[in-house]
Amino acid sequence: MSADTRQDLNSSRAPMSQKAQQVTPSGSDAAGYIGGLVSVNIDGKDHKVPLGTTILEAARQVGIKIPTLCHHPDLCVAGVCRMCVVEVENQRALQAACAYPVTAPLKVKTHTAKVRQARRHVIDLLLSTHYGECYSCKRNNNCELQTLAQEHGVDFYRFGHVTESQYPIDRSSYSVIRDPDKCVLCRRCVRTCIDVQEVGVLEAVGRSDKTRIGTYLDKPLGDVVCINCGQCINRCPTGALHANDASDEVWRAIDDPKKHVVIQTAPSPRAGIGECFGLEPGTPMTYQMNTALKLCGFNKVFDTNFSADLTIIEEGTELLMRLYKALVKNEPVALPQFTSCSPGWVKYLEHFYPEYIPNLSSAKSPQQMFGAVIKTYYAKLNNIDPKDIVTVALMPCSAKKFECNRPEMDSSGFKDVDYGLTTRELAQMIKEAGINLPDMPKGEFDDPFGTATGSGVIFGATGGVMEAALRTVIELVTGAKVESLFENANIAPVRGFDGVRYVELPLPEVAPDVIPLLAHLIPSWDFLKGATLKVAVAHGTANAKKVMENIKAGGQFSQCHFIEFMACPGGCIGGGGQPIPTSPEIRKARARAIYEEDAACEVRKSHENPAVLKLYGDFFTDGPCGHLSHKLLHTHYTARGKFIG
Amino acid sequence: MTPVNSKKTPFTFESVEPESGLRAALGMSRADIIGEVGACNLRGRGGAGFPTGTKWNLAAAAKVKAGGTKYVVCNADEGEPGTFKDRVILSDHADMVFEGMTIGARAIGATVGILYLRSEYVYLRPHLEQVLERRRAGNLLGQDIGGLAGFSFDIHLHMGAGAYVCGEETALIESLEGHRGEPRNRPPFPVDTGFEGQPTVVNNVETFAWVVCVLSRGAHWFKSIGTEKSTGYKLFSVSGDCREPGVYEFPLGITVGELLEKVGGQGAKAVQIGGASGHCVPASEFGRRIAFEDLSTGGSIIVLGPGRDMLAVARNFMEFFVEESCGQCTPCRAGNAKLLGGVEMLQRGECSMNYLQELLALCETMQLASKCGLGQSSPNAFVSIVKHFKDEIMGRTLAH
Repeated sequence: MSADTRQDLNSSRAPMSQKAQQVTPSGSDAAGYIGGLVSVNIDGKDHKVPLGTTILEAARQVGIKIPTLCHHPDLCVAGVCRMCVVEVENQRALQAACAYPVTAPLKVKTHTAKVRQARRHVIDLLLSTHYGECYSCKRNNNCELQTLAQEHGVDFYRFGHVTESQYPIDRSSYSVIRDPDKCVLCRRCVRTCIDVQEVGVLEAVGRSDKTRIGTYLDKPLGDVVCINCGQCINRCPTGALHANDASDEVWRAIDDPKKHVVIQTAPSPRAGIGECFGLEPGTPMTYQMNTALKLCGFNKVFDTNFSADLTIIEEGTELLMRLYKALVKNEPVALPQFTSCSPGWVKYLEHFYPEYIPNLSSAKSPQQMFGAVIKTYYAKLNNIDPKDIVTVALMPCSAKKFECNRPEMDSSGFKDVDYGLTTRELAQMIKEAGINLPDMPKGEFDDPFGTATGSGVIFGATGGVMEAALRTVIELVTGAKVESLFENANIAPVRGFDGVRYVELPLPEVAPDVIPLLAHLIPSWDFLKGATLKVAVAHGTANAKKVMENIKAGGQFSQCHFIEFMACPGGCIGGGGQPIPTSPEIRKARARAIYEEDAACEVRKSHENPAVLKLYGDFFTDGPCGHLSHKLLHTHYTARGKFIG
Repeated sequence: MTPVNSKKTPFTFESVEPESGLRAALGMSRADIIGEVGACNLRGRGGAGFPTGTKWNLAAAAKVKAGGTKYVVCNADEGEPGTFKDRVILSDHADMVFEGMTIGARAIGATVGILYLRSEYVYLRPHLEQVLERRRAGNLLGQDIGGLAGFSFDIHLHMGAGAYVCGEETALIESLEGHRGEPRNRPPFPVDTGFEGQPTVVNNVETFAWVVCVLSRGAHWFKSIGTEKSTGYKLFSVSGDCREPGVYEFPLGITVGELLEKVGGQGAKAVQIGGASGHCVPASEFGRRIAFEDLSTGGSIIVLGPGRDMLAVARNFMEFFVEESCGQCTPCRAGNAKLLGGVEMLQRGECSMNYLQELLALCETMQLASKCGLGQSSPNAFVSIVKHFKDEIMGRTLAH
C-alpha cells in the first residue's frame, strides 16, 4: 500500500475484515526467521520474504502471477472473490493468497489441479450471474473478468448464464453510472468509497445470491452524498461502474456546421491518455493530442492551464484580500481559505462540512472560468454568437461533469461549459476517428490563450495548486524571485504523495510596491512583513476529513491561511476520468510527466502569463476580484448536508 | 413463554455442585486452569471440535493492544437446523454457562464477557439478565470475584439479528462490532485479533458448561468418558422421525445405531448428523461413531424415516443455505444457488449425469475455496445424499 492511499487502520468505518492483516509471528518455528525474513517455498522453490508478506505478494516478487479480482493495490485486503486461492501444505482448505500473511515457513503450490478447478469455478459462477454482452460494454478489452475468463480457457457457460437483466441501470448521476447487472461483488467500490475516500455511499446490501451493492435507502446515486469523484470507477474490475459518457453529444456538436466547437484540455489527461494507446504511464501526449483534436473536428484547442493561471490570480487575490481584511481592517473573514478547483472536494464539503462553505474560495475552477471566458471575451473577440459556441472540457475527472451542470454555472448567459469529457472518453473518440495518437505530429494550442505557464500544468498533481499559488504570492508580496528561495522555483515541500502536508513560509521582507493589477485593492504589503504563511495540502477525501476534523477541533490546521484540497488520491492525475487501471506507481509516473512539462515551460508563474495579463488589460478591466470577474469567474455554493444530492 | 421440557436423559450438569468449578479455578494459577482444560482434551461443543485448552492457551499468550482488554465470548447463536440443546442449557443451567465464562476469563486474563444470543431466543433474555444480576450480587461477577483480589470480570448480553452465519466466530465478532455479519479472513485468528482487535476466546454455550464440570471433577474424570480423541459427554438435539425427540446426553463415541435405539428411531432410512452443514448417513453406515474422528456434530441429529424423499431433504437444506449464505465470497454466494438449481433439476428429472458430475466438482470447490465454514460445509448434505442415494435421486430421470 502506498503512502498516498494508506488508510487509517483505526478508522471506525472500515470493517475489521477489510483492514490490513495483523502480523504476529507464531514463534513455534523460530528457525524459519532470518533477520525479519521468513522462508516460503513456492511451487518447489525456496524464497525469503519479509515477515508478514502475503503469499500473493511473495509470489509476485519471484515472478509468479496469481490471478486476482477483488484485490487492488490501493485497497485493503478483502479475500472475497476467491480467485487467488492456492494450496498451502498441511491445510485442508485452499487459502486466499491475497489475505494470507507468511508468518511462518510455508510450502505453497499455486496451480495444482484443485486450484485450477476452483479458479475456473469462481469464473464460471461469476459469469453465470454476469448479465450483458462484452461487445456493448464500456470495458470491453479492459475488463478484469473478461481477461480472467480468457486466461483460464473459459469456452462455455458451465453453470449457465443469466439471460435477463436483474437490475435497472442507475443513470441519475451526472457523473457516475451504475450497472449492477455487471457487478461481480468484489466490493472494490465499497472499499474505495469507505476507506480511501471515507464518503461511504456504497455498501453491500442483502444476503447470499441477493447480495448487491446498494446506496442509502436504495436511492439513486444522484440523490445521495456521492461526491462524483469516480474513484470507484477507476477501481471497478468490470463495467458495473462507468462515467456518464458525453462523447455522442460532442460528436453531434462537431457534426453540426453551425456550431463552433472548442475544447480545453486539462493538464492531467495529457499525462495519462497515452496509456489508452499502449504507452507507458507518464508518457506526455500534450502536443500530439492538439493535432488529433483538430483532426477529430474541434475548431479550437485551448489549454486549461491558461485558466489555471487565471484561477491563481483570482484565488490568490482573494486570499490576499482575506488576509488584508483580517489583519488590517479587523473584519471577520473565513480563514483558512480552501481551494475550490476540485468539484469532488467542493461537493464533499457541501455535504459533510457545510458550515465551512465561507472558507471555500469563491473562484470558479479553471474549467468553469475558461467556459465563461470563451462565451464572453472569446466570442466577442471573434465575433461569434455565444449561443453557437459549444465548449467542451477534457478533464481527468468525473465530477467535472456534475460541475458543468451546476445551475449556477451560467453567468455568461449560457452554460459556461457544455460537456465534460473524461480522458477515457476522448481516447475512444480519437480511436473512433481512426487516429493512433502516438503517431501524431506535434501541434500547438490555439490563440488567444496559447501560452500557458508551468504553474498551470502542475495543477494536475496534488500540491500543484498550492505551489502555483505560492510562486505568485511569494513574488507579489516579497518582490523576490521564487528561484532565490527554491531551486528552479520547485517548491519541493508541498510536493509528494503524503496524504497531508503542512508547510510554513516566513515572509521576512515585503516588496515596496503593490503591482498595478492589485494596487487598487491593497495599498501596501507592510501588514505581511515578518509574517509566516502557513499552508497545507491534502488529497483524497479521507485525508481531507482528517484536516477538517483537526480544524473543527481548533488544531494546527485551523491556524493555516490557505489549504489545497483535492478529492482524488494523487490529485487530478489520479482522477476518476483517467485511464484504468490505477495504482500508486501509475499515479507517480503521471505526476512525473506533469512536473517535467512544468520544468520545460518558458514561463513558470501565473502572474507572468502574457495572455492572462492581456485578458485583464482588455476585458476584466476592473482587475482580479473586480465586478466583472465576480460575475463571470466567481461562484457560490450549496449547503447540502446529508440528505440533498 | 416456557419451552417444553425436552430433556430426555439426566444431564451431568445437574449433579455438579454450583460454583464448585469456579471455586477450584480461583485456587489455581492461570496456567494450571488451562493445563487442566487442555489435559481433559475437551473439544469445542459447537461442532468444529477445536481443543479448548489450546484456544485458551493462545489467547492467554496473546498481547492486549493499547488501552484494551481481552474478551470471553459465549456463542449462543444456536442456528444450525436441528439444534436446540443450547436453548435448554441456557434455560436450565445458565449459571453454569456464566460460571464457565468466568473461569475462562480468569484463565486468559479477560475482563469483559459477552453472551451473543440468537435473536429467536430473545425470550430468554430477562431470565439471563436476572441470573447475571444475581451473580453480581453474589460477588460471582464484578470486582474481586470470589474474594480474589484484582480479578474483575463482568458479562453482558448482545442480541443477534437472525443471521445463521453469525454463528461463525469471526462473523459473530463483526456483528458484535456493529457491522454486517460476515466472516473475516483467517489468520489472524480471534485468539489474537478478535473483538475490537483484541485477543478473544469464542466458545460454545455447552463448552463453557463442561469446563465447569472439568474443573469441579478433574480432567481424569472427563477423560475417562468417550473415546481417546473425543473425550467426555455431549448433548444431542434429536429430532425427526423418532418416537422420543429431545435433548440427550451421551458419551462421545456412541454409534449411530445405538443412538437410534435410545431415541426410538429404529428402522430409519438415514440420519443427518451435524445439521444442514453435516453429513447424511445411510443405514448401511449406522455402525459409525459420533465423534470428532468420525462423524462430527455440534449436536444436531435428524432422523430420516423410511418414507422420506431424499431429494426433498436435500432441497430443504440447500434452500436453507441459499437463504443464509452471507453473500461475501463467490463459491458460497453463487455455488449454493447452483446446487439448489441442481436439486430442482433432479426433482424434475432433468439433470443429466454429466451436469451432476459438474455439480459434484463444484461442491469440491465450495468445500475447498469458500471463505468460511459455512460455504465449506454447505455442500456436505448434497454430496452425501448424491453418494448414498444415487439410485433414488437419478431414478427421477428414468421415471420422467
